[in-house]
Amino acid sequence: MTKITPELVKEHGLSDSEYAKILGLMGREPSFVELGIFSVMWSEHCSYKSTRFHLKKLPTKAPWVIQGPGENAGVIDIGDGDACIFKMESHNHPSFIEPYQGAATGVGGIMRDVFTMGARPIAMMNALRFGEPSHPKTRHLVNGVVHGIGGYGNCMGVPTVGGEVNFHRSYNGNILVNAMCVGLARQDKIFLSAAKGAGNPVVYVGSKTGRDGIHGATMASAEFDDASEEKRPTVQVGDPFTEKLLLEACLELMATDAIIAIQDMGAAGLTSSSAEMGDKGGSGIELDLDKVPQREANMTAYEMMLSESQERMLAVLKPGREAEAEAIFRKWELDFAVIGITTDTSRLVVKHQGKTVADMPITALSDEAPVYERPFAERKPKAGDVAYDTSKPVLASLKTILASPDMASRRWVWEQYDHTVMADTVQVPGGDAAVVRVHGTKKGLAITTDVTPRYCRPDPFEGGKQAVAEAYRNITAVGALPLAVTDNLNYGNPQKPEIMWEIVAGIEGIGAACRALDFPVIGGNCSLYNETNGEGILPTPAIGGVGLMADVSKMATVAFKRSDDVVIVIGKTSGGSGGGHLGQSIYLREIESREEGGAPPVDLGLEKKHGDFVRGLIEQGRVDTVHDVSDGGLLVALAEMAMPRGIGASVGLAGLPDAIPFWFGEDQGRYVIAAPFAEAETIMAEARAATIAVAELGRTGGDALSLDDKSSVKIAALKDGFENWFPAFMSGEEIPVTN
Amino acid sequence: MKSAVIVFPAANCDRDAQTALTQMTGKAPHMVWHQDSELPDVDLVVLPGGFSYGDYLRCGAMANQSNIMGAIKTHADKGGAVLGICNGFQVLTEAGLLPGALMRNAGLKFLCKPVALTVEETQSSFTRKYDKGQEIHIPIAHGEGNYYADENTLDRLEGEGRVVFRYRDNPNGSARDIAGILNEKRNVLGLMPHPERVVDDALGGIDGRGIFQSLIEALS
Repeated sequence: MTKITPELVKEHGLSDSEYAKILGLMGREPSFVELGIFSVMWSEHCSYKSTRFHLKKLPTKAPWVIQGPGENAGVIDIGDGDACIFKMESHNHPSFIEPYQGAATGVGGIMRDVFTMGARPIAMMNALRFGEPSHPKTRHLVNGVVHGIGGYGNCMGVPTVGGEVNFHRSYNGNILVNAMCVGLARQDKIFLSAAKGAGNPVVYVGSKTGRDGIHGATMASAEFDDASEEKRPTVQVGDPFTEKLLLEACLELMATDAIIAIQDMGAAGLTSSSAEMGDKGGSGIELDLDKVPQREANMTAYEMMLSESQERMLAVLKPGREAEAEAIFRKWELDFAVIGITTDTSRLVVKHQGKTVADMPITALSDEAPVYERPFAERKPKAGDVAYDTSKPVLASLKTILASPDMASRRWVWEQYDHTVMADTVQVPGGDAAVVRVHGTKKGLAITTDVTPRYCRPDPFEGGKQAVAEAYRNITAVGALPLAVTDNLNYGNPQKPEIMWEIVAGIEGIGAACRALDFPVIGGNCSLYNETNGEGILPTPAIGGVGLMADVSKMATVAFKRSDDVVIVIGKTSGGSGGGHLGQSIYLREIESREEGGAPPVDLGLEKKHGDFVRGLIEQGRVDTVHDVSDGGLLVALAEMAMPRGIGASVGLAGLPDAIPFWFGEDQGRYVIAAPFAEAETIMAEARAATIAVAELGRTGGDALSLDDKSSVKIAALKDGFENWFPAFMSGEEIPVTN
Repeated sequence: MKSAVIVFPAANCDRDAQTALTQMTGKAPHMVWHQDSELPDVDLVVLPGGFSYGDYLRCGAMANQSNIMGAIKTHADKGGAVLGICNGFQVLTEAGLLPGALMRNAGLKFLCKPVALTVEETQSSFTRKYDKGQEIHIPIAHGEGNYYADENTLDRLEGEGRVVFRYRDNPNGSARDIAGILNEKRNVLGLMPHPERVVDDALGGIDGRGIFQSLIEALS
């Protein structure tokens, strides 16, 4: 018997008060296995102990929400008996230590969350944040993460249709890898994890259990230091081939009615899957570890319960259906074993080599897990105008911005992802939102991931709002109705009051925006302790949004498509002293090397009004060219519309007092559309009648972007810089400037 | 035209091939499990793209050991049409039904993008509906599509009109820009690009239809 010493308790990441609570719940000293189980189940990663209180403030309901937070993934109704199931999850810490496997298993894990509910995954997205490009590790990490995501997703045959890649020095020691999976199921074939009823067989399927990933959840709940790379053995190794077999086998079994409950073994493996299934079903679970398929000899009960070996599932079957299920898994050459039974004791009982090694009330692991209302220290959000140099030439700045690390084309990244497999990707990466068709129908799902971390540091509340608003806008810009989001909240150490405030304000901002925009949160994940040597990341609450369009043939894209279209901006450019909001803008950072000012405020009422207006135009088939205005402002949006097909535009606004804030300000709630002349007049009249700010900027045509008929730049020249930065950076041709 | 699509574990473009064949022929293809040893009565066998056996060991090597391969070889020997797309092409080279091998892309990266191809040969059941020299756009999605064969084999392929598709801007380092080849009897075609992904206008092109239309005309 391993003796439970204070040192051992501390090594398990449990505080003195938490251990005291364990002693009370157990009525005795826990065994070593029990201590390990408590340590993972009570870890931040599994218990959400710092955020649970605040997450309750998020709106999670709408008539179209079938399943909100609390299951493996959220579910929405997309009509015709179809359901869309999706979730986003982080794999930050493992990806920093071992980028290929960390990212790959992040992809695998989130796919399992979705297909364990009965859905076939149909699209993947990811939100990636790396350190500054000049940091010696950045290139290696970008390369490993992109290869890992591609390596896993491509082999699974699920298209990776887009995402985000940003660089900032705050991520130098702690990159973020957030992966989102979107799946499709029939509404009457959704599987949940509640292991209801006693006497039902608990079956283990998938890969064998090894010693990999032990204590991964605990690692993900601690800060990093320079010795963190010694934790490499806690990173799991992915096997997408087995996952693909597991996917097909699970869907085949799900076509029968043999399953009572099913759950993937993700963080904390066998422990969390069995505890959560028992907890949700109100039953007990008894496991016999001798029956667990094992990859290595002489594994202890502790190792088996805490292993995070990948590509495994736990299911509870109806009694007598074992043989039928086993035949399916054998056909797919996967392990299958009955390893336990449900009971009516509400206890988790674990046996190994004839001995009971754990016997604990399941509620001690779930309901009784600690919840903290951690103290937070509010900072006054930054506000006010920022000064800028009025002498800088606008088009030269545009060129610089388009070739900057955060703004350059991500083609180098997404060409390594198979984004057209499954033959339903109707909008490929590079636009506002990706669109995948619902197989065999005209319906399309629009998918995006968004957050602007540089807004979240000076103003976490507005930053949280803005992340949701931008997802809403990106989905709207392709012509879809935004339906629901998943959130992936990446923050620093919640035990620091200034960080805790970022978390609280961020959640409140997200909540406010989701409420105002009818865009509920149906699931998500928190990743805290994203710090290295005490240095926290920018607050990064990534939002994954999904929307629905009835007919993909009406979908809009960003590309200018014809000459002589009228270019119109919808929404007001009036931040700062009236000419455009430059605070925390890409312009200020890239051109003046300053990260100053406040975040642009989001007017949620206008967001909705403008969104409904633009979406209406697309749905009516009147507009096919739309782009939301975000990073970099209006002129960057115009360039992004011109570059895809090399069709330029002549733009300008009479009587513009301040060109720089107008063209580069990042005021929210704006869209650029391009419409044929006859249509444009009507559209502007309708907008004015609805008191929506609208302005005609000019006409499309030519091979250059011309400003006020005074200066111009060739689209080809803009495109050169835009397309070349990433490949040049990755090939090591240049060490780009620090942002 | 009656067709079959082989279902190898993780050859994940099987459904795409099924969808395209159903759309183009109006008839769903037979989906044939890799452990079967017989083929149904069909005119065309498709080896789909993907990652059969995870591409472990070597792309296509394990699939070549599966039960169904014997029946596919017999079908080919008897003059039946076989189409290998991407991973299917790799399997066909492993099986010796097509010469050469597919190595890691010259850029060492997986690449997914539309590429421009020249249709070099229209004297085949796979390409008769295209024009000789026609430029078509079909996506690639592979990490190991760098076609290699020795100079004699390449000369022979060229001399016998068996180089069917050539890249206009070689994405992967393939010898002589080769994207697709025929066997000697011209009834087996392997190509790296994915024609089944461009038979539907909503997906940005229909240049892949020609292969299916050619087969329907030749085999029906």
